[in-house]
Amino acid sequence: MVQKLDYLKETPSQTAGPYVHIGLAPGAAGFEIYDHELGQDIAGPNAKGERIRVEGTVIDGTGSPVKDALIEVWQANSEGYYSHPEGGGPVEEGFRGWGRVITDFDTGEWAFDTVKPGRAQGRDVGIQAPHINLWIVARGINIGLNTRLYFDDEDEANAADPVLNIIEWECRRATLIAKRSEGTSPQVYRFDIRLQGEDETVFFDI
Amino acid sequence: MKSKGEYYQRDREWQPPALTPDYKTSVSRSPRYAMISLQNSISEITGPTFGHNDVDPIDNDLLRNYAYSEQSPIGERIIVHGRVLDENARPVPNTLVEVWQANAGGRYRHKKDTYLAPIDPNFGGCGRTLTDENGYYFFRTVKPGAYPWRNWVNNWRPAHIHVSVFGVAFAQRLITQLYFEGDPLLDKCPIVKALPTQDARDSLIAALDLNATVPLDSIAYKFDIILRGRRSTLFENRLEGN
Repeated sequence: MVQKLDYLKETPSQTAGPYVHIGLAPGAAGFEIYDHELGQDIAGPNAKGERIRVEGTVIDGTGSPVKDALIEVWQANSEGYYSHPEGGGPVEEGFRGWGRVITDFDTGEWAFDTVKPGRAQGRDVGIQAPHINLWIVARGINIGLNTRLYFDDEDEANAADPVLNIIEWECRRATLIAKRSEGTSPQVYRFDIRLQGEDETVFFDI
Repeated sequence: MKSKGEYYQRDREWQPPALTPDYKTSVSRSPRYAMISLQNSISEITGPTFGHNDVDPIDNDLLRNYAYSEQSPIGERIIVHGRVLDENARPVPNTLVEVWQANAGGRYRHKKDTYLAPIDPNFGGCGRTLTDENGYYFFRTVKPGAYPWRNWVNNWRPAHIHVSVFGVAFAQRLITQLYFEGDPLLDKCPIVKALPTQDARDSLIAALDLNATVPLDSIAYKFDIILRGRRSTLFENRLEGN
């Protein structure tokens, strides 16, 4: 026998289930209980930068939209700073960079409004391409799935992004790149998340 | 000099795999490719923070937060309490804990739940609170009922409360379910059994805590929540790559 390491074990994850809305978005479940639901305003009124909308679906292995998913959003402001003590720099008053959105019960579509993030610092050296961190939970998902959304009008930054570049299969990097819609105001980007099957989205063990 | 580093990697032999065929819905919702291992950057070591402007004091009292004046939900009155700690056993203060659950009859207040057990007019079924400076939290609620669900023809969920926790980093984000000591349905549940080890399953069972009861009022269960711990680098640590 050797000495005991005194670490605790992380609490194991369990699925959020089909009724995640009750806890995290009760208005969508069909009742009003809180004065304000959390995660409804990602950027706040004072955020600088380009206002954008991101929309998409979550698709399962049969090609069907997932209609009971919840997605959480975590992003930097337009200067690449996160709203956090270690976030890299100051953010605008009211900028949280965090939000949550659900997929529509009928269509499976989701959408959120925010500002386009700037380039956050890299892990040691260098700089990351603009990206939005996403975390997806739903019935049938045993532990939340982490992925990242990049932008298709950031070719140069994407080509140098340290995270995209560790994905060995270049063809799979494309699953993380949101597509810019033409002629929309605010600017819309489309990002479909495929849990399984053809063009399965890259998920990260962070 | 100590500086803060990355979060300890998730133990994927302890956490549930994506694909657990006995929990049927996981079959078409589980990625088939391996996840890409990502060392933490600023995007993962940061995460949303919450304050007292985000929650109301009544939000953690499910006996009152949706009840008509002078009324109460039906069911066994319980207190759920515990601490949010990290893997280094350090308290996680001021972090948001959200819960949701079925009522005492096993029915959720959700437009998609059609189970024949009735809605309780005095029970919403959700709550939220911030941990205090010692990582401590508590809720008051009714014990949720078991309910049937479509998986195999005759599956019943053990009584459970869904729990969502943030920590201070997006890498710590966690949703789980709290179960109750002594529930005979625990060993039959494909969702519980998505966890690969009995030790992991046991770690989700809240213990009856008679010391924390309010005599002649509410019975208590203790449930500690452990989030990923963070590395302290003992020496200058030039991280490689990226």
